[in-house]
Amino acid sequence: MKDKIFRSLLFAAALFILLLSAAIVYALVSRSGETFQAYGFWGFVTNAEWDPRSATEEYGAFSFIMGTLYTAFFSLLLCVPFSLAVALFNGEYFKGKKISGVVRSVVDLLAGIPSIVYGLWGFYTVRPLLIELGVSAQGFSIFLSALVLAIMIIPYASSLSGEFLSMIPNNLKEGAYSLGATRLEVVQHISLPAAASGIVASYILALGRALGETMAVTMLIGNTNRIPGGLRDTGNTMASVIANQFGEADGLKLSALIAIGLLLFIITALINLIAKLVMKKLSHA
Amino acid sequence: MNQITPISFKSRKAKDKTMFFLVCLFSSLAMVPLFFIIWDVISKGYKNFNLRLFTEVTPSSMDALMATMNGDPIPGGILNGITGSLLIVGLAILFSIPLGLFIGIYLSDNRGKKFARIVSYLTDLLQGMPSIVIGIIAYAWVVKPLGGYSALAGSVALSIMMLPMIVRSTEETMKMLPNAYKEAGLALGASYTNVVFKILLPSGFGGIFTGILLAISRVMGETAPLMLTALGASVVNWKVMEPTSAIPLLIWDFYNDPNLVDLIWSSSLLLLIVIFLLNWIAKIVARKWKV
Repeated sequence: MKDKIFRSLLFAAALFILLLSAAIVYALVSRSGETFQAYGFWGFVTNAEWDPRSATEEYGAFSFIMGTLYTAFFSLLLCVPFSLAVALFNGEYFKGKKISGVVRSVVDLLAGIPSIVYGLWGFYTVRPLLIELGVSAQGFSIFLSALVLAIMIIPYASSLSGEFLSMIPNNLKEGAYSLGATRLEVVQHISLPAAASGIVASYILALGRALGETMAVTMLIGNTNRIPGGLRDTGNTMASVIANQFGEADGLKLSALIAIGLLLFIITALINLIAKLVMKKLSHA
Repeated sequence: MNQITPISFKSRKAKDKTMFFLVCLFSSLAMVPLFFIIWDVISKGYKNFNLRLFTEVTPSSMDALMATMNGDPIPGGILNGITGSLLIVGLAILFSIPLGLFIGIYLSDNRGKKFARIVSYLTDLLQGMPSIVIGIIAYAWVVKPLGGYSALAGSVALSIMMLPMIVRSTEETMKMLPNAYKEAGLALGASYTNVVFKILLPSGFGGIFTGILLAISRVMGETAPLMLTALGASVVNWKVMEPTSAIPLLIWDFYNDPNLVDLIWSSSLLLLIVIFLLNWIAKIVARKWKV
């Protein structure tokens, strides 16, 4: 009898996740309804105008979507050489060695630093550097936020891909070595191709992180409501516009901000799904 | 097979060496920011890192301005943030641990079942959800219906963030426990409930506790969801229905108030110490109670 109760308790807990997810979607959809009623889904997504002044009030998410894509993809690009190196260091060159444990711990600590501290560092240390280098007058830019974002996602991109690299069976590599291949050739022709889908999946997940990062980006991107013209431009991401304007928002503006939250949720959910599918392909191969 | 063109052994060897060098170089470069950030926080923060930080609440902007004009240190600390963080994170722990443990046990016991697979997928989805979106959710669920910002709303947001992490670590730990543990217990006539509480959870303690500590360290520095839920307060508050501050929220306030800027770094230093301490303890626990 006791067991029955306990088992149903476990089941109820699992069911809770289901309800939680449904309630999350419901909350986002119902609270953003006003916006989608006013502009329609595509009308809201493709409109670049964001004007909170009450006389000409108009809301569209397009410039923030572009800002988000710009920063996220550029930060992913910046992080690739570093995270790939760390992954190869831990999963191939120094696999199982003590030094790889040290590198892993240090890189993991990067993931532990709060977003707001990254933002402070970016603002007080990196920004003056960019101004000095003449990247932009104020320093605030897509480039600055992507640079700091890249550092933030290195641990996410490298730990998973390093794990996939280290799972490659040794006999595959030994075969190549016995044919006289150098280590680089083994990495190039055996390790990387064999772990490819795992590595791709981990970069997709890292991209998901970059898309949703809020505080550091809010502090560094310059917060202007327009489509960024280039990397030196200021802009706003979906997450940063919510963080910046949620506090004083009400009515249509509040619902528009929640609508952006819904879009962000949909994008990250899709990204997660894609990463899952890519990894599933790996486990079947 | 790729077309093999004869390349001199020397150039192949050189390329190999270059690659090795690049991997080492870029790996070390990836670690450099960590030291820069830590150095930045320590060198700028140690001056204001004193007892006052822990015993006094945040001063008003005016008082801080007067003090800096007289050349004095800023009169006040972040006691309201420390107590707020304790309250909000503490409540979030209360909400998320029992649920997370139960769901993790359920998932490890029902592997392969369709319902468990769906739950597992949704857990991943929750884990990947941006923290600001979770903030919106807690705003819609708690702040709006109850008519005001509160510590409770902040805890709800943080517990949604912690839940998937605890579920995952519990599930992974349970999976690693030998099946014989469970079978032996059941064979001796123990009830399933007893097997879970007297055998599985105690033997998986290390892994589960590590997961909990890491989850706490993750939400400790969360700012964005708290901005939408707990809002902040300039006094020490222990009431769950009142707006409450937290260390990261105070850092955000200081960042926006030029008069209080000096407190940024000591608060960040405290935050980093707490987070790294939690990570360190987690590592020790993981090593000591290895499954």
